[in-house]
Amino acid sequence: MIDRIPQIAAAIVLPLAGLLGYIFVAEWLVGRTPARMRPRLRPWLWVGPALAFVGFFLVAPTIETIWLSFKNATSEAFVGVDNYVAIASDAGVVIAIRNNVLWIVLFTGAVLLAGLLIAILADRVPYESPAKSFIFLPQAMSFVAAGVIWKFMYAYQPPGIEQTGTLNAIVTTFGGEPHPWLIEPGNNVALIAVAVWAWAGFATVILSAALKGIPIELLEASRVDGANELTVFRRITFPLLLPTITVVATTLIIFALKAFDVVYVMTGGNFDTDVIALRMYKELFNVRNFGRASATAVVLLIGIIPVLLFNLRRFRSQEAIR
Amino acid sequence: MTLSRRLGPLPTHLAVIALVLVWTIPTLATIVNSFRPPAAISSSGWWTAFVPPFAFTLENYDRVLNSNNMAASFVNSLTIAIPATVIPIAVAAFAAYAFAWMSFPFRNTLFLLIVALLVVPLQMTLIPVLQAYQAIGVTGTFLAVWLAHTGYGLPFSIYLLRNFFGALPRDLFEASALDGAGTLTTFFRLVLPLSVPAMASLAIFQFLWVWNDLLVALIFLGGQPSVAPMTVTVSNLVNSLGQDWQRLTAAAFISTSLPLVVFLFLQRYFVRGLLAGSVKG
Repeated sequence: MIDRIPQIAAAIVLPLAGLLGYIFVAEWLVGRTPARMRPRLRPWLWVGPALAFVGFFLVAPTIETIWLSFKNATSEAFVGVDNYVAIASDAGVVIAIRNNVLWIVLFTGAVLLAGLLIAILADRVPYESPAKSFIFLPQAMSFVAAGVIWKFMYAYQPPGIEQTGTLNAIVTTFGGEPHPWLIEPGNNVALIAVAVWAWAGFATVILSAALKGIPIELLEASRVDGANELTVFRRITFPLLLPTITVVATTLIIFALKAFDVVYVMTGGNFDTDVIALRMYKELFNVRNFGRASATAVVLLIGIIPVLLFNLRRFRSQEAIR
Repeated sequence: MTLSRRLGPLPTHLAVIALVLVWTIPTLATIVNSFRPPAAISSSGWWTAFVPPFAFTLENYDRVLNSNNMAASFVNSLTIAIPATVIPIAVAAFAAYAFAWMSFPFRNTLFLLIVALLVVPLQMTLIPVLQAYQAIGVTGTFLAVWLAHTGYGLPFSIYLLRNFFGALPRDLFEASALDGAGTLTTFFRLVLPLSVPAMASLAIFQFLWVWNDLLVALIFLGGQPSVAPMTVTVSNLVNSLGQDWQRLTAAAFISTSLPLVVFLFLQRYFVRGLLAGSVKG
């Protein structure tokens, strides 16, 4: 630890000093130019470093990956759409795509439902804030840690032996048969449940904030008019929450499409639990086929494009109001 | 207001408490298990620890820290996460200032690009960046992940800071300009001090994101134990411990200790960051 301190310190101080030095020198240089040039030159110097990073790490690689997806395993020769054809006829990829669809539907649905339920229920108890903190806690963990935690929840011993996993202990206490949650069909749901556990707090916090933004008078007025709680929720609360729900949903869908860590740690994609992001990783590191790995990544990008367009539209309309 | 009305109906309380229990038990179980002897973990459930004999031990922590590289990995995680938090925020602050308060051609188009990049999957970038890294020979070094996390963290950082900077009142900037303050003075004396809360939220976000990252570390550090952060070490242990898998409980808890501390003390900033921009890619 001690011997690492100089390295960490240098890794903080040097880039900061470099960036400060850069902006001071840049401004000094701008000051040397004719006054009418300055407003034209200055912005580029301020956004310059960010554009360089974004260009090198995101924009150029994304374009190059699309390019590589039309080349062979070693990126030496063009193969047209062969990689895509190979992917489409690969049973493993088909299962991975099916699983990602399952992730999008179940994960997004369950997190929204849990978040909404918790936000509404917690709103009615005096210990709301600590209750929400407990739900939110897993959000601070890595999925690697969450995966380990849930491996112990799902632990399985053959029937007759004392169950050490919480879930199977509950099942056998009520007279059921212990179930190998991560191995037998339904295991995708078991993996998704881990992610729901980790993300419910995210939805709760955001939906709860939106819930607090609904004027009390509006709710009271309809209650006075004789509406019951369910009607109040259906006619007032839910419609007013809908924009927030949509925003949360887009974030969740993106996560579901890119699901990787949970599956990598808990099943390694075995027993029919593979997902696209993990397949891409395997094509890259185990098979070393750059063409197919790139094509697999492009499949992921195509899945994300609708969400991307939706975000851009939402951003534009927000800007119009500003 | 009567007591029963103030406390709300009983079913609501039961439901909230049940939900809190369901969400807490997995973590609690792992923490309890991590202090139990390995033989006990593999033969009985964590709940049996609460009846005599109360056999608690630090053996799992001792083993995992001393023979499974966890202590070194903890330091590696810190070494990766601190610079990978500071650098992108500094770079983003410059850019966000320009996006919010300077006018230049393609400004809106470039910012739309940033918004689009928020959701572009990292998988689209891994191969070319890895090839570039291999060509210049930085794979397996901390520098590789510092730079990568800077690139990947920038869209969200710029997005969040630009929205915050942009919401500062225009009068402040006009007054500052009337006082003869230049761009640098306005940025360092006005914008930055006013943005401390936003920067704090962002710093916590980026720090936890890097600390909890598995994919970027797996790809660019190439699985070398000497530089592996805890996420990589723990996920390797999942496959390699075999007979000693009980130690995973301690490993998981060690890897979560720092995020939990951050969470407990800085939850307010974390939540604020979440509310400010819930579109991290």
